[in-house]
Amino acid sequence: MRVVLAEDLHLLREGLVHLLRAHGFEVVAAVESGPELLDALVRERPDVAVVDVRLPPTFTDEGLQASLEARRLVRGLPILVLSQHVEQLYARELLADGTGGIGYLLKDRVFNGDQFIDAVRRVAGGGTAMDPEVIAKLLVSNARSEPLALLTPREREVLELMAEGRSNAAIGQRLYLSESAVGKHTAGIFAKLGLAPSDDDNRRVLAVLAFLNSR
Amino acid sequence: MVRRTLTALGGGTALLGLALLGQIVGLITLAGVLLSFMLGLVFAFPPAVRLARATIGLHRSLVLRLTGTRIDVPYLPAPPPPVPLHDGWYRDGRKLYRTPLIPSFNQRLNWLFKDPATWRDLTFLLMNLWTTGLVVAAPVLLAVLGVVRLVSGDPLGVVWTALGAGVAPWYAPRAVRAYGRVAEAMLGPTRKARLAQQVDRLSAARTEVVDSQAAELRRIERDLHDGAQARLVAIGMTIGAAEELLETDPNAARALLGRARDASATALQELRRLVRGIHPPVLAERGLGDAVRAIALDTPLRTHVTVDLPGRPEAPIESAAYFAVSELLSNAVRHGGAGEVWIDISHQGPVLRVTTTDDGHGGADASRGTGLNGIERRIGAFDGILAVSSPPGGPTTAVIELPRAFAAPRRSPIADWRTIVIAMCWTLCWIPLFPQGLVTMGLKLAGVRVKSWFLAMHVAEPFQWPVIIGMILLGGAMLTTGVVLSARQREAEVGVCA
Repeated sequence: MRVVLAEDLHLLREGLVHLLRAHGFEVVAAVESGPELLDALVRERPDVAVVDVRLPPTFTDEGLQASLEARRLVRGLPILVLSQHVEQLYARELLADGTGGIGYLLKDRVFNGDQFIDAVRRVAGGGTAMDPEVIAKLLVSNARSEPLALLTPREREVLELMAEGRSNAAIGQRLYLSESAVGKHTAGIFAKLGLAPSDDDNRRVLAVLAFLNSR
Repeated sequence: MVRRTLTALGGGTALLGLALLGQIVGLITLAGVLLSFMLGLVFAFPPAVRLARATIGLHRSLVLRLTGTRIDVPYLPAPPPPVPLHDGWYRDGRKLYRTPLIPSFNQRLNWLFKDPATWRDLTFLLMNLWTTGLVVAAPVLLAVLGVVRLVSGDPLGVVWTALGAGVAPWYAPRAVRAYGRVAEAMLGPTRKARLAQQVDRLSAARTEVVDSQAAELRRIERDLHDGAQARLVAIGMTIGAAEELLETDPNAARALLGRARDASATALQELRRLVRGIHPPVLAERGLGDAVRAIALDTPLRTHVTVDLPGRPEAPIESAAYFAVSELLSNAVRHGGAGEVWIDISHQGPVLRVTTTDDGHGGADASRGTGLNGIERRIGAFDGILAVSSPPGGPTTAVIELPRAFAAPRRSPIADWRTIVIAMCWTLCWIPLFPQGLVTMGLKLAGVRVKSWFLAMHVAEPFQWPVIIGMILLGGAMLTTGVVLSARQREAEVGVCA
C-alpha cells in the first residue's frame, strides 16, 4: 500500500517511516511542509496519507488546509490527520464532505503501533478513525440531546466505539460481545436516534458522526 | 422657544445663586487658608478645602444638568493610610509617632496643599460671581433692575426690563452654554492632571499584570515539576530497569516497557492541558474567531458565533479576549442555567468588541463573581472594559471592548490625488485671486494703464471685466476647495485615531 507522510519533526518522521515500512507499507513521499504535501498528494495519489496538522512554513494548520484542498481536488482521497491536540472544529471540517476515508487522531496514538496501523488501514479502506477524545467532546456538546439520553449505558459504549470508526467485529472484540449482540445494539441505537439502518460499516459510522455533528 | 428661554433664564438665575453661595464659601475657605498659614492653625485647612470641594461638586452637577457638559473630577487620588513599621510605630519623615493620627493628617494636608486643583477651585469660587455669574444672569438682572426703578417712580425703568426680556431668547441659552465652557476649563482636569490620573491607572494595571503573571508562572512551574517532569524521571527509571531485565526475564522487561509507554502518554496529556491553559493551540493556528467557535462547540449549549474581523488582532489582546470569552461561556454553563448563547465578535476601527448573550436566569454581579473580576483584570491591562447587564430572570449580556486591538491603518507614504489637489489649491490660489484678480480690478478702477503681467489688461476692452471676475472666482474656488478638502482629511484622521 502506498503512503504519503507529512511531518516536520525529523525524529518523528523517521519513526513513522520505520513503523509503516515494518508493516508492509510503501512510503512514496515523506515531506515536511504544507506546499510539498499538497504537491505530493496530488501527484502521487497515494492509497493513504498520514499528515501532521502543524507544518511549516506558517506552523499553523498548514497540514489540515493542504489535506482539505487535496480532498477537494481528489474526492475521497484517504487521509489520516495527526495532531498534538484534537478539536471538534477540525473534525467537522474534515468530515464535512461526508465521503469517508478520514482519520483524525492524537499523536499519542502512534505509541500503540498495532492500533495505529489498524487505523491507517481502516482509513485507506474508505473508513474513518476518530480519536476517542474527539468523540468524548462530541458527546459532551450533545449532552442535552434528547435521543442520546434514551440510550442504555451499553448502547452508549457501542455508540462511542462506532463513532471512532470501528466495525461491529472490532467493537465486539473490545466489549467482549458476540458480533450479533453488537448488531442488536446498533439496531437499537439507530432506531432511537431515528437513523436509517445500513449494513455497510463505513456508512453507518458516517451517519452516526453526522448525527453528532448536526447540532 | 419660550420654554427654552425660560429654562435658560431659570438656569442662569440658579447659577447666579450658586455663584453667590460660592463667593461666601470662597471667603470662608480663604479665611481658613490664611488662618492656617499665617497663624499656624493648620487644622483649619482640610475642612475649608473639603467645603470648597463640596460647593464645586454642586457646580459640577448643576452644569451637567443645564448644559450636558460633564466636568471630570481633577483631584489627585487620596494618599493610602500610613502603614506601621514592624515595631508598631508610625514614621513620618524623620519622626516616629505612636499613633497614625499625625502622620495621616500630615499626609492629607500635603495631598490637599500640593494639588493644583485646590487652588484653581479657590480662584474660581472667588472670581466666579463677578465674571461669569453676572454674565449668565444678565437678562434677569436687567429686568429686575427695571422693575425696581419702575417701582421707585422712574418710568425709564421699562426700557431696562424690555431690554432684558428682548435679548433673553437669543442671549440666555448661549450664556448658559458659555458658562458651562468656562466652568469646564476652570474646574476640569488639566492636561497634566489627566496624564497623572492615567499614569496612576496604568501603574496599578501594571502591578496587577506583573503579579498575576508571576502567579501564573509559579503555577506552570509547579505543574511541570510535579507532572511531566516527574513522569519523565519515572519513565527513564522504568526503561533502565527493563534494560537490565532484558537478558534474564524478557517478559518482565516487556511489561515494564508497556508501563513506560503508558506513563509517557499520561505525561503528554498533562502537557497538553498545560499548553491549553497557556496559549490554546487553536488560537495560535486559526485566530480568535475559530478559537471561540471551537470552545463554543465544546460546551453543551446551543451556540451561535458571528465573527467580523478585518484580520488578526495583536497577539496578547487576542489571547485576553479568548480567555475572557471562555470564562463568560463557562459562567453561562455553570451559574447562568443557560441553554443558548450568542457570541458576536466585531470591530469598530481599531476597537475589538465581543458581545455574549445567553438566555439564562441572569443575576450575574461583577462585584461578587471572581470570574468577572478576573476578566476585568486581564483586559484592564489593555485598557479594555467589561460591561455586564444581567437583570434577575435574564438575559445576561456581557460586552468586552478592547481599544487599539488592530493597528490603525497607516496612511500610504505616496500622496493620493486629494493631497495633490490640496497642495495645488493652497500654493496657487493666490495667483488668480490677487495679482490677476483683485489687484487688476483695483488698477482698472483707478484708471491706471499698466499692462505688465496682468492678463486682463492684455485682452480687448470688452473682455477685461469678465476676465478679472473670472480670475477672482477661480481663486476663490481654489481656496474653498483647499479648505474643505483639508478639513475632511483632518476629520478622517481623527476618526482613525479615536
